[in-house]
Amino acid sequence: MDTDNLIEIKNLTFSRDGRKIFDNVDLSIKKGKITAIMGPSGTGKTTLLQLIGGALKPEHGELHLNGYNVPKLSRKKLYEMRKRIGMLFQSSALFTNLSVYENVAFPLREHTKLSESLIYDLVLMKLEAVGLRGARNLMPSQLSGGMARRVALARAIALDPELMLYDEPFTGQDPISMGVLVKLIKKLNDALGMTSIIVSHDVPETASIADYIYVVSGGKIVGSGSPDVLQQDDNPYVKQFIHGLPDGVVPFHYPAQSYQDDILR
Amino acid sequence: MLKSIQQLGSTTINRVNEVGQAGVFILKTLIRIPRPIRSFPLLMQELYSVGVLSLPIIIVSALFIGMVVSLQGYNVLSKFSASEELGQLVALSVVRELGPVVSALLFAGRAGSALTAEIGLMKTTEQLASMEMMGVDPLWKIISPRFWAGIISMPLLSMIFCAVAIFGGYMVGVHWLGVDNGAFWNNMQNSVDFRLDIVNGVIKSVVFGCLVTWIAVFQGFATVPTAEGIGLATTRSVVYASLAVLGFDFVLTALMMGGW
Repeated sequence: MDTDNLIEIKNLTFSRDGRKIFDNVDLSIKKGKITAIMGPSGTGKTTLLQLIGGALKPEHGELHLNGYNVPKLSRKKLYEMRKRIGMLFQSSALFTNLSVYENVAFPLREHTKLSESLIYDLVLMKLEAVGLRGARNLMPSQLSGGMARRVALARAIALDPELMLYDEPFTGQDPISMGVLVKLIKKLNDALGMTSIIVSHDVPETASIADYIYVVSGGKIVGSGSPDVLQQDDNPYVKQFIHGLPDGVVPFHYPAQSYQDDILR
Repeated sequence: MLKSIQQLGSTTINRVNEVGQAGVFILKTLIRIPRPIRSFPLLMQELYSVGVLSLPIIIVSALFIGMVVSLQGYNVLSKFSASEELGQLVALSVVRELGPVVSALLFAGRAGSALTAEIGLMKTTEQLASMEMMGVDPLWKIISPRFWAGIISMPLLSMIFCAVAIFGGYMVGVHWLGVDNGAFWNNMQNSVDFRLDIVNGVIKSVVFGCLVTWIAVFQGFATVPTAEGIGLATTRSVVYASLAVLGFDFVLTALMMGGW
């Protein structure tokens, strides 16, 4: 395993309901960098995060994360590994019965034996980092979508993880929240020395902070490179996706019989 | 014809599969190192929401059931000039059958459905997945305290049900219909056996508590993560739990009465 890489994936194949989501995929994630996995909805981007986190097991192939052979890990080892990973879910996934403060304190209470005063300081530091120290007594139901995602981010970084996984962090956010999140992801990655993986289909936002991008389609990696390189990529699929063209290799029309035949039935 | 046989086969296999999954699920929940100090606050919280909050419906239903049994019983017994036996009739029917069964059915409707919907919603909003990704096992954190709270609350609720139902029967029988106070209690004391009636009733309610909570937490955990999925899981939880309670009641009664 290359020492520069935090994650190395080789010949990974994964199927769901008889459909191949990934077909012999090779991929590596560099330490300390922000890597984006991009592609349209339904291409298995979230599945890839679940495979990295060990929530799903591949049919075959290898997935090494910082020395761990993830698919072969015992349940105990897997849970050990997950303490070093933070994940931001698309739905934020805050515990609805706990306040903002308790949500962020949750991983600290579960995995450390820190005193209450130290937990208090740490929670406030994490909330300050996402700009929500003043919202610590609110319940998740009182938060806007953008605020909920920032609280979830504070919770995800509570244990200072080595690796952060972001599942569609920009989906459903207004422009201000989106700008805040883009800035936060970049700032946290650089300040905490983490490695980040962003799964997204929001091209401009992701490209503005990613060091490297993989474009996924039909179970394969169809393009990869830095955002600048991908802008110039000649692959028709990558071109259509990166530039957001309505028609191309991915057709505008769902397959159907000819329009004329349909109308004059 | 062939198709319907095929369908029957596949449905049966699916059901057996589901029972197997539910078995593995509960074993995974139960076989783990107990952490009493960390689990205690969680258990207390669940005992409150599963047990204490079920008290009003249990008490009100028990009162009415005791009153109705007394009224119906008096009607029949008085034809044979045996209305003094009312205490015995009320106590035996409540302690042996109505107490454990009705309280378990009410428990399935009140607490079981709430457990399924709560866990199902946690699954739908990815709270369980996020917990797992944080390295915290939801079986330990979410399922285990709820399961134990169900097992502990059910017999207690059932005992409260019996006591309140007997009180309801007493109010109607003695204070309204005029059965002799002494005869009512004396006949009850003479006929109710501690081991055969009360202990067996408690055993039944422990089994029912186990069944209802097991079905509720499993249905919640196995919910298809959609709004429709939660609705279906909640319905299934109440239906399966009610059928299981009634079915097991017959089996347990047959086993308990076997030696009589």
